[in-house]
Amino acid sequence: MIVKVNGNEVVLEKAISLKELLVVQQVRTPEYVTVQLNNEFISAGSFEDTLIKDGDEIEFLYFMGGGQAL
Amino acid sequence: MIILTKEHYRRILAHALDSLPLEACGLLVGSIEEDVKIVKKVYGLTNMDQSPEHFTMDPREQFDVMKDARKSGLVVLGNFHSHPATPARPSAEDMRLAYDPEASYLILSLRDQEKPVLKSFRIREREVEEEPITILSGNDSFEEKAFS
Repeated sequence: MIVKVNGNEVVLEKAISLKELLVVQQVRTPEYVTVQLNNEFISAGSFEDTLIKDGDEIEFLYFMGGGQAL
Repeated sequence: MIILTKEHYRRILAHALDSLPLEACGLLVGSIEEDVKIVKKVYGLTNMDQSPEHFTMDPREQFDVMKDARKSGLVVLGNFHSHPATPARPSAEDMRLAYDPEASYLILSLRDQEKPVLKSFRIREREVEEEPITILSGNDSFEEKAFS
């Protein structure tokens, strides 16, 4: 099946979970990425239980934060 | 190396000054040519922490910027944030929370508001390396956009 990940087509041989997709995408810190599946936010606790379907559009980005922290 | 124009710098500085006493944050969008990052747009984002010492970008705005960049054939090159009272170098918190190994992390120090200092860093697994910045005088073909 074919899905779109951050705008790029990705071919998957079998159905996998969001958690597995992040591994395929070489995300080292999946606990610190925010994910949208077909424009809906998916909580990190649901990554493992959310299966990717043909035609899905997945967007992910890294948490961005920090600060001078006096 | 990362290249931006004076207009981009002015936009970053204005967003940081407007946000005082809070920290400001935003994203830089552009292209990468032979390992050189060329900034084409600057986006001022909301600091969800509303704090003078911390920032967290709004993920909804981050997604909007990422999708907007893609429509223009551009990519998110990195981010910027201000340090209202400390130097332009990554704090322990900046290093701890730098999860994107490909991103440029720009820090604008406003410790001396008459002499702001902007620096860029790459941060990989808490290892910090300063990245050279070039600020061009022209702004002819570059766009600028902001949410705030």
